[in-house]
Amino acid sequence: MSNHSDKTHQGDVPTTGHSWDGIEEYDNPMPRWWLIVFYICIGWGAVYTLLMPSWPGLTGAWPGLLGFSTRGQVAEEMARFSEANAAIDAELAQTDLAAIVSDPELNGYAVNAGAAVFRTWCAQCHGSGAAGAVGFPSLLDDDWLWGGDLESIHYTVTHGIRNETDDEARYSEMPVFGEMLNASEIAALANYVMSLSGEPQDASLVEQGSQLFADNCVACHQEGGVGDRSVGAPNLSDAIWLYGGDYDSIVESITYARFGVMPNWNARLTESQIRAVTAYVHGLGGGE
Amino acid sequence: MSVSEQPPSLYASREPIFPKRVSGNYRRLKWIIMIVTLGIYYVTPWIRWDRGAKLPDQAVLVDLANRRFFFFWIEIWPHEFYFVAGLLIMAGLGLFLFTSALGRVWCGYTCPQTVWTDLFILVERWVEGDRNARIRLLRQKWDARKARLRITKWTAWFAIAVATGGAWVFYFADAPTLLHDLVTFQAPLVAYSTVGILTATTFIFGGFMREQICVYMCPWPRIQAAMMDEDTITVAYRSWRGEPRGKHRRKHVEVAETTHTADAISQREAPKDAPVLGDCIDCNACVNVCPMGIDIRDGQQLECITCALCIDACNEIMDKVGKPRGLIDYMALTDEEHEKSGKTPIPVLRHILRPRTILYTVLWAGVGVGLVAALFLREDISVTVAPIRNPVYVTMSDGTIRNTYDVRLRNKHGEDRPYLITVEADDSFAVELEGSDSQTVMVPADSTMLQRVYIMAAPGTGPATSDRTDLWIHVEDTVSEEAVEKSTVFNGKEAK
Repeated sequence: MSNHSDKTHQGDVPTTGHSWDGIEEYDNPMPRWWLIVFYICIGWGAVYTLLMPSWPGLTGAWPGLLGFSTRGQVAEEMARFSEANAAIDAELAQTDLAAIVSDPELNGYAVNAGAAVFRTWCAQCHGSGAAGAVGFPSLLDDDWLWGGDLESIHYTVTHGIRNETDDEARYSEMPVFGEMLNASEIAALANYVMSLSGEPQDASLVEQGSQLFADNCVACHQEGGVGDRSVGAPNLSDAIWLYGGDYDSIVESITYARFGVMPNWNARLTESQIRAVTAYVHGLGGGE
Repeated sequence: MSVSEQPPSLYASREPIFPKRVSGNYRRLKWIIMIVTLGIYYVTPWIRWDRGAKLPDQAVLVDLANRRFFFFWIEIWPHEFYFVAGLLIMAGLGLFLFTSALGRVWCGYTCPQTVWTDLFILVERWVEGDRNARIRLLRQKWDARKARLRITKWTAWFAIAVATGGAWVFYFADAPTLLHDLVTFQAPLVAYSTVGILTATTFIFGGFMREQICVYMCPWPRIQAAMMDEDTITVAYRSWRGEPRGKHRRKHVEVAETTHTADAISQREAPKDAPVLGDCIDCNACVNVCPMGIDIRDGQQLECITCALCIDACNEIMDKVGKPRGLIDYMALTDEEHEKSGKTPIPVLRHILRPRTILYTVLWAGVGVGLVAALFLREDISVTVAPIRNPVYVTMSDGTIRNTYDVRLRNKHGEDRPYLITVEADDSFAVELEGSDSQTVMVPADSTMLQRVYIMAAPGTGPATSDRTDLWIHVEDTVSEEAVEKSTVFNGKEAK
């Protein structure tokens, strides 16, 4: 390539012999350093396939002398994160719930960790946005069956509701009124319940329903149907219905009763995870 | 097929090049450009710029950890990356412009490979002497003197390489702190490895690879060759004037000193026994100074970076032999043809000003003006609003319909600022901020804050019962009274 003087003109370089429309191609030799780099790359490739997972075999690929795997890398990374978070996790498990929320650093960690816990364990029933579904309460609103302050949420998450695996689970049972009341009584009751929060289907039955409510329901749902959190009796006078607020849904609820359950998460989650998810749920917009 | 007796070798070792010292206008220009560009590179990280207590005081800083780019009074955030994209487009268009007008000026004057190679050759010349001394040194056997010279040269190169690799990392962290950490072995590993890699590349590329980088590794020669045309000004040899070349031509022929046109040359009279010789005395001065090791008299070629040192070298010779300058000169292909056929060459300005270059200039300037306008129009306060769609609304126990919005508040000031969040709409809404009793939130200095905002419509009102209601979230910095508005929608519970 380097022509130092006119003694070595490019005319002296042989051509490849290929000719297209009279255009020929010089057969210039490669630079030596290029060739050396090429051989180094071949050597590197051989050593690399020896050290790293590479060649396919009949029962599996050659694992490589270094024992590297991407799965192992993920496990390592997770262990590293757990280790890095060990101190703040320990602090979270010991700190008073109110103190967690008022400490910006601890609360920031709790809310983010809690969001991850929620998406993994809670979203199946409560939805990924915590909006709930029929039979599974929305955690975004200001209506709580068992209480919406930090301590109540923490207790509910820890022990669950109506499960048979934790003796301290929140428990209550609505009677199956279909066995105690006849169809016309249930229709009257349903109309009264609808009147608590809006328009009844048949206003003439409200009076009769009011009497039946006083005899059968106030023990749990209280006067005026405002509910009782100590037994998880829902407020029947507000705009929120867990199983639907239309006539048919209310009749079904009275006739067959409802029995929603929730697992006790103390069996699966650590105390710091439970506190984290408590802080997360409390911060969704309905916390008390 | 031209098969010679001996099959051609599969590889060739690099033929060393010994560029000779040269002086002249272009050499002077190159020294100035070298001082300016290297000065900018080495000094910039050390310039201080006061931005207040909470921001770095380095004038030019790429803060990767905090995702900020500081350039004197300008601060670029990640969402303003279009400035970088715009600068890259300008760099591209600028390269088109300069290449189509002036050929490979970037390669010849400002490319880091050229500048550092030039500096390394300068050091080489100081230590080992000029071309002939260096050739002798290469050919002689190893002795104490050769070892001393070589070690001195390599040490000086290495010092430059370390300074070069070292300067790079100062753009990414506070320079005085990092320098202290580097010399006390407390700097992060990535700093040492970056310095190490860039030291190695500078040392090897500038000291040993040199023109091999340009000829074998760099894509520019190929791309730029495609962007040049017959009006592009490049370095060229006036073959009609120089040929036939030959030594001692003074003895044989007298040339009219004043008229150096093709006509004059063809008309000149030569002694009967001597061949007619051109102005080129075949002294090889142009070849000896070439850092690429080529002969410009062979015509425009891939290796030529148009550094113009051969022009300086030839002019010096022409002055000595009493011929006009410009046997090798900057000129366009059309000039060469015009001169050959005796026509007047086109003025330089008309080569440069042609539709193609004017178009490039207009595009380049258009992007530039756009960027400057964007720079002056951008706000110090910036907001993005993301309505939460899962769920689209929440019914509260009293029937109120609530929508939730993730509002990202950016405060580009060097101090904490209180932002007041309100809603502007035809209907009335209530606003609440998560974790706060008021509608004002303190956004920390030079950072982004995610604030969850609840907007509520009372039961039975228009927005609560209709599918979509337009509204504007209004954010105001209550200190500077700067304000921005973002349009979004409120989703209600549509009556069935």
